Amino acid sequence: MRDDILEQAAGWRAEGRKVALATVVATWGSSPRPVGSQMAVDDAGSMIGSVSGGCIEGAVVHEARKTMEDGEPRMISFGVSNEMAWEVGLACGGRVQVYVEAVE
Amino acid sequence: MKRDITERLLAARKAGRPVALVTDLGTGLQTLVYEDAIHGGFGLEDDRLAEVRDRLRQDRSGLITDPEGEEDGVQLFVQTHNPPLRLLVVGAVHIAQALAPLAALTGYAVTVIDPRGSFATESRFPGVSLHDSWPDEALTELKIDNRTAVVTLTHDPKLDDPALLVALRSPAFYVGSLGSRRTHAKRLERLTEQGVTDAELARIHAPVGLDIGAVTPAEIALSVMAQITAVRRKAGAA
Repeated sequence: MRDDILEQAAGWRAEGRKVALATVVATWGSSPRPVGSQMAVDDAGSMIGSVSGGCIEGAVVHEARKTMEDGEPRMISFGVSNEMAWEVGLACGGRVQVYVEAVE
Repeated sequence: MKRDITERLLAARKAGRPVALVTDLGTGLQTLVYEDAIHGGFGLEDDRLAEVRDRLRQDRSGLITDPEGEEDGVQLFVQTHNPPLRLLVVGAVHIAQALAPLAALTGYAVTVIDPRGSFATESRFPGVSLHDSWPDEALTELKIDNRTAVVTLTHDPKLDDPALLVALRSPAFYVGSLGSRRTHAKRLERLTEQGVTDAELARIHAPVGLDIGAVTPAEIALSVMAQITAVRRKAGAA
């Protein structure tokens, strides 16, 4: 299983789909995936790769859709430090920061 | 990510050329930093460039914090893209048939070396890079670096010993050799006679693999891959 997330993202883009790429840029405490982990999402909901153990991928897809629409990159933080009730958290108690960008 | 950047990044990865993608998190602009070149949306000051290249060499993605040390001074994210780790397997034996796909799944580029034609065949190793020259020649040609693991599996001193002579004097991060304690004791005697130092001999992981009571070829392959992973990820382990 080679790290072919970028290739997949470029492949989807070449097919004319809208694509966003999410990357873990920082972690604190016990986060399940290391810095540099990536996941790509297309406008049909296909996804490849991961940025956590499955805890925050749903929320990342939601943000990725916004980025696909407006082309603007987004930085999202997840974890125990964020006390907003609606925020998706990590069960492990870690914190993770994810950068979401459009693949042009 | 602009198309130009994506295409150049994919091309570098395909060519096995190390490259770091640097993203300015404030603007979203991106620049590619190679070992000897730079291309993209913004330039980097010398000390920043040196830091990016250090990270590339160490294969360490992460944020570069602004020297001002301000609260939100973090500006750059560095994503390293290095060629995959390599596993060089000497001996196209049954265990190698299990080890090759397992290593590939773990992210390694696998090469199987065996001069015996009936062993290293495409039908026994579909999709695996095969080498039919003598192990010491093959290993020299493949230029072992510190992102390379070497495992000998033939049990045959004619094949294993020359491979170990090269591997033990290389920067390989892991050297393992299949064989019982008795086989290994004899191997150490032979290698000592050939001038290998005690320090070099101590690098050999033998009997190979983590002790999980492995019996079948697939289980032995699993124990070897677990040991390689432990050595890679956990300093001082295995």
